[in-house]
Amino acid sequence: MARELLEGNVAFAEAAIRAGCEAYFGYPITPQTEALEHMARRMPELGRAFLQAESEVAAINMVYGAACTGARVMSSSSSPGVSLMMEGLSYIAGSEVPAVLVDIMRGGPGLGNIAPSQGDYFQIVKGGGHGDYRPIVLAPATVQELINLTVEAFDLAERYRCIVVVLADGSLGQMMEPAELPPMRALRPSAERPEWALSGAEGRSPNVISSIYLEPLEEEEFNRRLLAKQAEIEAHEVRFRELALDDAELAVVAFGTSGRVAQSAVKLARQEGIKVGLMRPISLNPFPYEALGGLADRMRGFLVVEMNGGQMVEDVRLAVEGKAPVRFYGRMGGVVPFPDEILAEIRQVNASVEA
Amino acid sequence: MELSEMVESLVYRKPDSLRDVATHYCPGCTHGVAHRLVAEVIDELGMREKTIGVAPVGCSVFAYNYFNMDFAEAAHGRAPAMATGIKRVNPDNLVFTYQGDGDLASIGAAEILHAAGRGENITVVFINNAIYGMTGGQMAPTTLPGQRTTSTPLGRDVEVHGFPLRMCEVLSQLDGSAYVARRSLHDVPNIRKAKKALRQAFEVQLNGLGFAMVELLSSCPTNWGMSAADSLVWIEEHMIPMFPLGDFKVSPGVTSVGGRES
Repeated sequence: MARELLEGNVAFAEAAIRAGCEAYFGYPITPQTEALEHMARRMPELGRAFLQAESEVAAINMVYGAACTGARVMSSSSSPGVSLMMEGLSYIAGSEVPAVLVDIMRGGPGLGNIAPSQGDYFQIVKGGGHGDYRPIVLAPATVQELINLTVEAFDLAERYRCIVVVLADGSLGQMMEPAELPPMRALRPSAERPEWALSGAEGRSPNVISSIYLEPLEEEEFNRRLLAKQAEIEAHEVRFRELALDDAELAVVAFGTSGRVAQSAVKLARQEGIKVGLMRPISLNPFPYEALGGLADRMRGFLVVEMNGGQMVEDVRLAVEGKAPVRFYGRMGGVVPFPDEILAEIRQVNASVEA
Repeated sequence: MELSEMVESLVYRKPDSLRDVATHYCPGCTHGVAHRLVAEVIDELGMREKTIGVAPVGCSVFAYNYFNMDFAEAAHGRAPAMATGIKRVNPDNLVFTYQGDGDLASIGAAEILHAAGRGENITVVFINNAIYGMTGGQMAPTTLPGQRTTSTPLGRDVEVHGFPLRMCEVLSQLDGSAYVARRSLHDVPNIRKAKKALRQAFEVQLNGLGFAMVELLSSCPTNWGMSAADSLVWIEEHMIPMFPLGDFKVSPGVTSVGGRES
């Protein structure tokens, strides 16, 4: 496949199709609507299910229903719409059916605006809906990563029977850049869907998919199973990128778009002779605690950059365990930081650790 | 006639579509009748092994423990959306929701309205007993004016709490609705009519004709605070005047199998 100029929203929608997505349910919301529009055109021509739901509440429950049949299914939305999906996501987690959601974050709280933000880190990474669960959360920084992680999301969702959220923001959804789409996978025949799936109890005892465990001890047992799954995910699915950390004394930690801007800032700082590198978490759950903990043993300071008021920084502090100072720089409300702003912060961290 | 010449003929048995278990429903509750009617119809259509049911939140939350078929448990009110997701990827399955009045007409009003509006090819069994059963007798969207519940202790005052929703009348206005009917479970003749309507509603789906719903006026002796026998009389005397029985929508494509109220 050749590289082509692709808009993020269209790119992840087409990537999902090529990953074998059999059904898409969604509701228009800026800045991700182009994904829904792409699905509206492409899914019917491939004989797959597309439906514009009456709300995000309905959309995620359609996803839930379709996921119960073992079909590969997804939705996509943006912050306020994802808030409406929290009920359904909790049920999906409580029923252990696989589902993929792409969240193209925008400024908030409330109606906020349609500019890029990372303000929903807590909501998505820590669970969001009621009860003890965590989705796998993958944070791309380029359109190519958005494509690759969307494909991977379907495989991870099925492997762990869980929700996988691809967490990006409005700038990634709306930007165009060269990227390569994966080849089209053949759809799995419905006869080969998983044995737990609902298909009609033909020649077998009925399958029931429910999130109810009325007895507290049974519910606790189920919660333990989710925890064990989380441990398995932590053991196998941690993903991050490192830049110029080998000889670094300072580390910038940033994900997604802020990670991409921070990369430019780190390069500028290097030109000034500051020994700084970048650690960019890609899996936000599982979070790269161990890798960051390792860095904490040899770094003199950390700078966390986010497009929010300071959310992932809490996880960085947990990982660093007070071994080095952790400074935070955030822009909010849909403002994307410029590299020179981050460079100024890097200089400050550098000055403070040298003082 | 010699004893050895006698032949036992089976006139009544549990449908294959029901499991051989005791239910948690209160004595006198008509959920058991409704379950049995749905199960008999699915048996008669030979569709048990092709059916996927969606249970609601409410008294029938454990319907999947009683129906002997594949089942999913929905969030409160979302069963029509969930059934939509199932039917869209598995169009060959017979998909139905089983919902109470709070689930369907209150918290799930948007989902049922749009499922009907889309002409979603699913069957909806709507149990209307004019009260919230599982949470212990609060006002439902179908609670009658003046009816006492734990959240309308002085009776439903329409000046404060508004009026009951007649869902058959509402949904019958939508072009996507193929078959919308209301029946009652308060006596045997009406139970027989209810079964015919359910059969019609499932056949509408099998023929791909669109959205079908049968509302069943049902009793809740426990939360109404009356005997099982009195509660059946109460359906007849109080509920039917507010929720008249009949077919509210029979789209031209729906062929009658005798399910229509004459």
